[in-house]
Amino acid sequence: MEGLDLRIDAGERVLLLGASGAGKSTLLQGLAGLLGGSDEGDQRGELTLDGVSAAGLRGRAGLLLQDPDAQIVLARVGDDVAFGPENLGVAREEIWPLVVEALDAVGLDLPLDHSTSALSGGQKQRLALAGIIAMRPGLVLLDEPTANLDPDGVREVVDAIERMLARTGATLVVVEHRVATWLPIVDRVVVLAAGGGVLADGAPADVLGSAADSLVEAGVWVPGRATRFTPLRSRSDLEVMRAIDLAVGRGTRIVQSGIDLRLAAGSALCITGPNGAGKSTAALALGGLLPPLGGEVQVGEALAARGERRPIRWSSRELITRIGSVFQDPEHQFVAPTVRAELAIGPTAAGLGARDVDARIDPLLDALRLRAIERANPFTLSGGEKRRLSVATALAAGPSVLILDEPTFGQDARTWAELVRLLRGLQEQGTALIAVTHDQDFVDAVATDRLELHPLPVESVA
Amino acid sequence: MTSSTALLAPARLRPVNPLAKLGAAVLVSGPLILTIDWVSAAVALVLVLAVVPFMGVGWRRFWIRTLPVWVAAPLAGISVLLYGRTEGTVYVEWLLVRVSDGSIALAVATLLRVLAIGVPAVVLFISIDPTDLADGLAQRLRLPARFVLGALAGLRLVGLFLEDWRSLELARRARGIADRGRVRRFAGMAFSLLVLSIRRGSKLAVGMEARAFGGSERRTWARASPFGGREFALLAVGAAISTIAVTAAVLTGEWNFIGAR
Repeated sequence: MEGLDLRIDAGERVLLLGASGAGKSTLLQGLAGLLGGSDEGDQRGELTLDGVSAAGLRGRAGLLLQDPDAQIVLARVGDDVAFGPENLGVAREEIWPLVVEALDAVGLDLPLDHSTSALSGGQKQRLALAGIIAMRPGLVLLDEPTANLDPDGVREVVDAIERMLARTGATLVVVEHRVATWLPIVDRVVVLAAGGGVLADGAPADVLGSAADSLVEAGVWVPGRATRFTPLRSRSDLEVMRAIDLAVGRGTRIVQSGIDLRLAAGSALCITGPNGAGKSTAALALGGLLPPLGGEVQVGEALAARGERRPIRWSSRELITRIGSVFQDPEHQFVAPTVRAELAIGPTAAGLGARDVDARIDPLLDALRLRAIERANPFTLSGGEKRRLSVATALAAGPSVLILDEPTFGQDARTWAELVRLLRGLQEQGTALIAVTHDQDFVDAVATDRLELHPLPVESVA
Repeated sequence: MTSSTALLAPARLRPVNPLAKLGAAVLVSGPLILTIDWVSAAVALVLVLAVVPFMGVGWRRFWIRTLPVWVAAPLAGISVLLYGRTEGTVYVEWLLVRVSDGSIALAVATLLRVLAIGVPAVVLFISIDPTDLADGLAQRLRLPARFVLGALAGLRLVGLFLEDWRSLELARRARGIADRGRVRRFAGMAFSLLVLSIRRGSKLAVGMEARAFGGSERRTWARASPFGGREFALLAVGAAISTIAVTAAVLTGEWNFIGAR
C-alpha cells in the first residue's frame, strides 16, 4: 500500500474496507507497532499514535486477529489475560484486578484456572479480547475477528466489543468483509483503494451508498447487494447415498447418533447445528473417511465398487471417483508443489492416462479461474484461491457425491457467489452435494434438503 | 488478592515448586547412573516406593503412568541376560546368546537400575505443570523470559499438531493416495505438518508481539514462584535416598564405579 493519508480521532469507531491486497491488515499491523524495520520491507511517510511514531510502540494499540488459536499463549484463562500486562511491566498486585476486570468486560464468566484449550471459538476470541483490554490500550484494532466463528460466536464477540467500547471509550478500527455485523457499532467507514490511497471516507450510510458498486466489486458484503439465489430442485429420484441409524465419533466416543438420511442425485443437503454437534465428524463418516460407530452409510447400487456399497470398505482410489470430500482447512489436503500437479493427483490415482488427466484438468482450471496460477505453489495462494483449488481437486476425480465442510468460512462476497454458482452447475449435472455449514445465506441459496444436528445430551461410549 | 495462588486456588495446598521436583529427580538418579550394582538400585527403589504414598499421586495413577517403566525394565534386563558380559559358570549357550553368572548379575542390576531411575522421574514429572515450571525457570533460575515463554507457548501448539496430523491422514485418503507408498506418504505428511507448524508458529509470534511480548520494558510476573521449606524438604528426601543407596552399596562392597571394570 502507498499514498495513504488518514487521520483518526480519539474515540472514533472506524470500519476499514477494501479489496484484498489493498493493505488493510498491513495498516492494522503498522498501527499495532508490529511492522519491523527496513530489513523487513520498505516504508515511506509516517504513522503516528498520539503524535508518537507507532513503530515499536507496544501496548498503546491492541490487535485482535482472525485465528483464535494464534492468540492464546498460556494454558490457563487467568494467566493468558495476565500475559499482556506482564509484558508491559505492570506490578503483580495490580495485574490480577486488571485480569478480573477484563474478563468481566467481555462477559467470560470462568474460573481463572480454567483451561484455555477447552474453550469454544467464540470464547477464545473473547479471551483474546480480554487479553487486549487488560493492557488498557487507547486504540483497539480488529482484523476480521469473527470470520472463523459460528453465528453464536459472532454475536458473543460483537456484544463483548460493544460493551468494552462503552466502558473504556477506546478508539476502534475494524477490518471485516461482513459489513452488516459491524454497522450498529461503527460511526465511520473508510474504503481503501486497491492501488493505494482512500477511495471513500465518511458516515456509514453515505459511503455504502456512494461506493457500493466498487465495494461489491471488491467482494465486500454490502447490505442489500448480495447476489440472490433460490435452491435448485432435484429432478431425479435416483438414490446415491443413504445413512441408516448412523452413529459417528472419533475413536470410541460417539458425538452424534441416530442419523437417517437419503440423498438423491442432483440434490443438496445442508447439515447445520451448533459447535460440538458432530457435523464435521458426520461429514467424514458420510465421506467414507471415518468408520461409523453404529449404523451404516451405503451408496446406491450404481456407485458400488466391487459390489461393496459401504464407502469405508473401499480403497482410497475407489473412493475419490465416487465421493469427494473438501475439508474445512484446504491446506490439509494439498500434497503437490503446483496447482496443476495438485489437480492431476486425483485423476492419476484413479488410473487415467496423461492425456485424459489433462482433459480433466484444463476445463477445471478455466472454470475455477485457476489458469493464471497453475504453476504456483498451493500453499502460497490467497484464501479464496485455496478454497477454489480444494474444491477443484475433489472435482477432478469426477465424484458423484461432493461433501464440503464449511465451504464459505472467511470467504468474501465475490468468492461466495462464485462458489454457489459452481455448486449449482454441479447439481445440474447430477452431482449430489452435502455441505456442513453455519452460513444461513448459503443454506438459503443451495439447500434442497436440511438436517439440523444438536449436541448429544450425555457422552456415550460405544 | 496479592498473589495469583490466593486467587486461583484458595482451598488447595500450594503445589511444590516444579524446580524442586526437577532437582529431586536429579539427586535420586544422578548417583545411580555412576554405578552398576544391584544393592544401590534395590535400596533406592525400595525407598522411592516407600515415599510414593506421600507424593500425592494415587496408586491407580501411579501404576498407569509408570507402566512403561515396569515394561521397559525387564526388557532391558533380558537383553543384558542374553548378551551381557560372560563371567563364571555359563548356563546356556546358543549362537550369540550366553547366559552366565556375570550376565545374570548384570541383568538384575540393570532391571533394578532402570526402575530406580525411571519410577521417581515419572512420579515427580507427572505432577509438573508447564506454566509453573516456566515461572520457576525464569524467576528462580533466571533463564531468559523470551526463551522460556517462547517454549511454553510452543508447547501449547503440540495439541494442535496432533489434530493436524489426524486431518492430514484422512485428507490423504480423500485425495486417493492412501493405498500404497506408505513411506513416501509419511514423508509428505511430515513435510505438510512442518509447513503448517511453521505457519502456526509465526502467527503465534505475531499474536504474542501484539501483546507487547519482546518489548524493551522490564517484564513482570503475575505468578510468584515460591521456593521454601517444602521445596528444600523434597530436595533433602532426594539427597537422602541416593546417599543411603550409595552407602549401602559401598558397605556391602558391591559399589562399582562405571567403567571401573
